[in-house]
Amino acid sequence: MADLALHGDLLVNLGITLLRVAGAFALAMVVGSAIGLALGVWRRLDLAFDSWLTVLLNLPALVSIMLMYVWFGLNEPTAIIAVALNKLPSTAVTLREGARTLDRSLLEMARCYRMGRWAVLRHVILPQLTPYFFAAARSGLAIIWKIVLVVELLGRSNGVGFAIEQYFQLFDVTDILAYTLAFILVVQAIEWGAWQPLEHWANRWRR
Amino acid sequence: MGSVAASGTLGEQMAAVILEVAIRGKGFPGAREPVLGDLGFRLGESEIVALVGPSGCGKTTLLRLIAGLDQDFTGEITWPGLGGAGRPRLGFVFQEPRLLPWRTVWQNLALVLPPGQEGAAAALLKRLGLWAERNAYPGQISLGMARRVAIARAFAIAPALVLLDEPFASLDAGNAELGRSVLRDAWGERPTAALLVTHDLTDAAALADRVLMLAGRPSRIIADITIAANERRGDRTTVAQLAARLRDIQEKSVISSS
Repeated sequence: MADLALHGDLLVNLGITLLRVAGAFALAMVVGSAIGLALGVWRRLDLAFDSWLTVLLNLPALVSIMLMYVWFGLNEPTAIIAVALNKLPSTAVTLREGARTLDRSLLEMARCYRMGRWAVLRHVILPQLTPYFFAAARSGLAIIWKIVLVVELLGRSNGVGFAIEQYFQLFDVTDILAYTLAFILVVQAIEWGAWQPLEHWANRWRR
Repeated sequence: MGSVAASGTLGEQMAAVILEVAIRGKGFPGAREPVLGDLGFRLGESEIVALVGPSGCGKTTLLRLIAGLDQDFTGEITWPGLGGAGRPRLGFVFQEPRLLPWRTVWQNLALVLPPGQEGAAAALLKRLGLWAERNAYPGQISLGMARRVAIARAFAIAPALVLLDEPFASLDAGNAELGRSVLRDAWGERPTAALLVTHDLTDAAALADRVLMLAGRPSRIIADITIAANERRGDRTTVAQLAARLRDIQEKSVISSS
């Protein structure tokens, strides 16, 4: 693995894949959370879109990726959106559960004291959703990195997925494992370096 | 002596009316009888009115109607001072403190302050003995303190009217006494009209200018008692005597109204 890192293009491919993961992750979390929150708050919206969510939730990753490539071409934005589309529904479902448990008494307080829309979102609603958000983010990162590899394998000429496919054709198990290990290290580093400190910060008010 | 009280030279001058309540009825879906019946009163500027009555008689419901948190009722609630436009700034002290647990004591106040009120809010926190706790989270302070923070929040926004819903419920006698003195301090800092909902006549006797008694199903006002100026917010003995008299009046009114 050290050899690959130094002489091969492991670092380049890893970097490219990580960028795609970051893009798809951000897209899926932001859009998914917004949709989930809206569905949790407005019952009528939930009734209208619930079945759509179920369809998206059960659409195989392979199918959505291929359809996206066929409809929108083999390009970078399509690849990222295709990945995000696979995470988005589960984020929305998780955040919807969170939005359903919002504390009405605090919302009433905010209304009574005339807090603005953004202030309510930032200070009343989002802090209540952080546990749901972290749950979605943790499982999301894992799913997204797996799907990014499929997207790369099917329609990109660089990245970890592309590299693994080439090693697969050479039956080069060592290098496949090296790539896998490298990525697991990165994910672990994100867990320790980002999620845990962030969660600690978000929970600072709990005794 | 003077038969010309209306001229304003004798007796108390009538303060400007800030709130006029004229409720015809309020019920809840699924309930057989309405909670509130025909019920009307006016509230003057910087007047402190206690609403007393047995639990379940709709006192909290009435406050929620006045605050606009529940608009499903028949009748009218008007704010004469505003010329029919919206409602004035209201401070609401709920039965539970309803502080944001993930924001500090100071942030809880700062988030609802109108611009330019920071100095007054800080002064209020100091006066209520909460300044040392300003950077604590609500979960780190006692319930008594959290209630005081909620009272501070209600007064800090410089409201035209403060609504208080059993602000001392589930506090022990010492803390309730402290809470009452905190309220008097808050009023000292800034005279503000208030509607105080309570089932405890001692609260009413210790704080109010006027006491409205609710009873019955649906509820109506069975007595409207203005407390003599020299008896308002008196010492412990005065309060105890006044509370006993109010209890008498309440018992008689309940009997005669049923």
